[in-house]
Amino acid sequence: MDALISGAGLLLDWQVIVALLIGSIGGVVIGAIPGVGAAVAIAILLPATFSLPPLVGLTMLLGIYGSSMYGGALPAVLLNTPGTAVNALTTYDGYPMTQRGEAKRAVALAYSASFAGGIISILALIALSPLLAAVAPLFGSREIFLAALLGIILVVLAHRGQTFAAGMLAAFGILLHTVGLEPVNYTRRFTFEQSWLTSGFDLIVVVLGLFALSQAFLLLSQPDEQPKATKLSGSVFSGLKELWLYKRVAAVSSGFGVMMGMVPGVGEFTAQFMSYTYAQKTSKTPELFGKGSPEGLIASEAANNAVPAAAMIPLLALGIPGEALTAMMLSVFYVHNVIPGPQLFQNQMDFVMALYLALLVLNVMVLIFLLFSTNILIRVIQVPTRLVGIMILLLSFVGVYSLRNSITDCAIASVFGVLGVILKRLNLPLVPIILGMVLGGIMEVKLRSSMPRVKNPMDMIDRPIAMILFALILIVIGLHIRTLFREYRNPPVNPDTDIHNTQGGGQ
Amino acid sequence: MTRIKGLQELFKRYRRPGDIVFAWVFLVLSVFLLSQLGSQAPWNPKGKTFSQPAFWPTVAVITMTGFAAFHLLSSFLSTRLDGRWTEVWAWVRSVEYAGWFMAYVYLVPVLGYLPMTMGFAVLLGLRAGYRSAKVLRTLAALGVVIVIVFKGFLEVKIPEAAVYEYLPTAMRSFFLTYL
Repeated sequence: MDALISGAGLLLDWQVIVALLIGSIGGVVIGAIPGVGAAVAIAILLPATFSLPPLVGLTMLLGIYGSSMYGGALPAVLLNTPGTAVNALTTYDGYPMTQRGEAKRAVALAYSASFAGGIISILALIALSPLLAAVAPLFGSREIFLAALLGIILVVLAHRGQTFAAGMLAAFGILLHTVGLEPVNYTRRFTFEQSWLTSGFDLIVVVLGLFALSQAFLLLSQPDEQPKATKLSGSVFSGLKELWLYKRVAAVSSGFGVMMGMVPGVGEFTAQFMSYTYAQKTSKTPELFGKGSPEGLIASEAANNAVPAAAMIPLLALGIPGEALTAMMLSVFYVHNVIPGPQLFQNQMDFVMALYLALLVLNVMVLIFLLFSTNILIRVIQVPTRLVGIMILLLSFVGVYSLRNSITDCAIASVFGVLGVILKRLNLPLVPIILGMVLGGIMEVKLRSSMPRVKNPMDMIDRPIAMILFALILIVIGLHIRTLFREYRNPPVNPDTDIHNTQGGGQ
Repeated sequence: MTRIKGLQELFKRYRRPGDIVFAWVFLVLSVFLLSQLGSQAPWNPKGKTFSQPAFWPTVAVITMTGFAAFHLLSSFLSTRLDGRWTEVWAWVRSVEYAGWFMAYVYLVPVLGYLPMTMGFAVLLGLRAGYRSAKVLRTLAALGVVIVIVFKGFLEVKIPEAAVYEYLPTAMRSFFLTYL
């Protein structure tokens, strides 16, 4: 309780409040513009936050992370185009509702479900914090290595139908991390006698290239589009209370979001799949799913909005990011010499609580903002795509160049930008590269530091948590093999052609 | 009875033409890196396996090669989609904008962040096909706003431009600090 009060005190700083305001409203606007998304915005803003105090910088980025999905629901419902990748499932039921003339109802349900997901997940995290504070110190080098390994395996296996591509890209990410001067023995690795490779690949440069520059190149090289959406008449507020009729679906979906958010490498898509399946199985009208079912819409939005807060758990408690956005935030921690991990939960619980409370406040701010500004956002959605591309290119320059004023960094980012275009157009995932870089670094350090206590392979798993993590790795691989056998016997119907494009590339 | 969709059906993969070209390029890169392992990540004869500097590069390159081979195989076995080289041309087209970006990067330290950002926004707008004076004015204004917000308020590190040295003394220090 003391930590909660102390955390609330930290939030009262005017800089934190301004950062929260900019982050939350900026996040909604960014999320609403198809083709931008939280990853692009966070990548661009990362270097600018380095000069801010840690809580201020992180609050701004968290604001963008937590609020972008609210904004992303709007074009998903009105235009059948998800604002962010995780709003793709919202189009299944949101857009048919719009076609039926129920756009206002669909938007109100999307907002209220997102709000419920956000609030339930944060309350769950605040309640879980004492437990996490007790468990986190039990994670030593071996446990963190195994958790990172589990994260890498999950990020590969979670890309169903693209496992081989996700595997090769995750391994590519691990390789990128190893390039340059190795920090313990000062051995050069894959530098090819080139001095510019000696310092290796900076995570932020790669992130900016893959997420921001690639999006700018993609939007500029594709035909210009100006989405058209009609304004909503009447107040969205009246539709909010309808969520109460579907409280069970909202609560269970939020629960799935919390659970899947906590597991590194899994995230929103699996949470949405589980909540959508649950909602359909328990619905009185399952035949409406995919044709404008309010329950389907709620399941999608509540689950995806419950993930950001939960994804902070492995990041804060173990220093392990579960997806690309938390991987980016990890670099903000390191820049400020705040090392996420068990020590943070033990010694700076008020800081952790301040972050949770910031998420709570931002959900309230975003909902209030959306209730009064939906029609303004509809105008923002209609910005031509090439103009958005120019904007992203100009902002990406600030992100890359301000890091070290290095032209080499900009050239590297450009190369990754082109790689990002190829991956997005092929609808292949970018996240495994980033997680490979971050988790590869963690695995290397933790495996090395655990070696003095490991005399034979069994020593690696001779502690309870290490044993559990190892068992989880085996279970995850076993379940994947079982699913492969099932799919071999009953192949999914036409799994690789559809209008929905999960990576944001053109068609 | 209503059929429940699986994960793969709910979030469909949407395979595109050109996948096999990327698969080949990635496999060739992986095999090249594999061939360089001995010289670029040499093993120390004395060290423990898991503490070797070469351990993780070796794991990464071998894993990359294995998965890249399977990815190529799966692309090879999938139904061919028309438009493979059109797709590859779309990748190549994006290189033009990488060139624009690098030109901007080279010119900012010479001509200044504010003039270059305004000029670059307008030129890129013209390149993107916008001809309306209103749009071009908006782009120039966008350049001004970005410079003021990032250089003026957030004080991000952008080097002073060589051209600012020729400004009158009174303006020079303002330009060097804020624009």
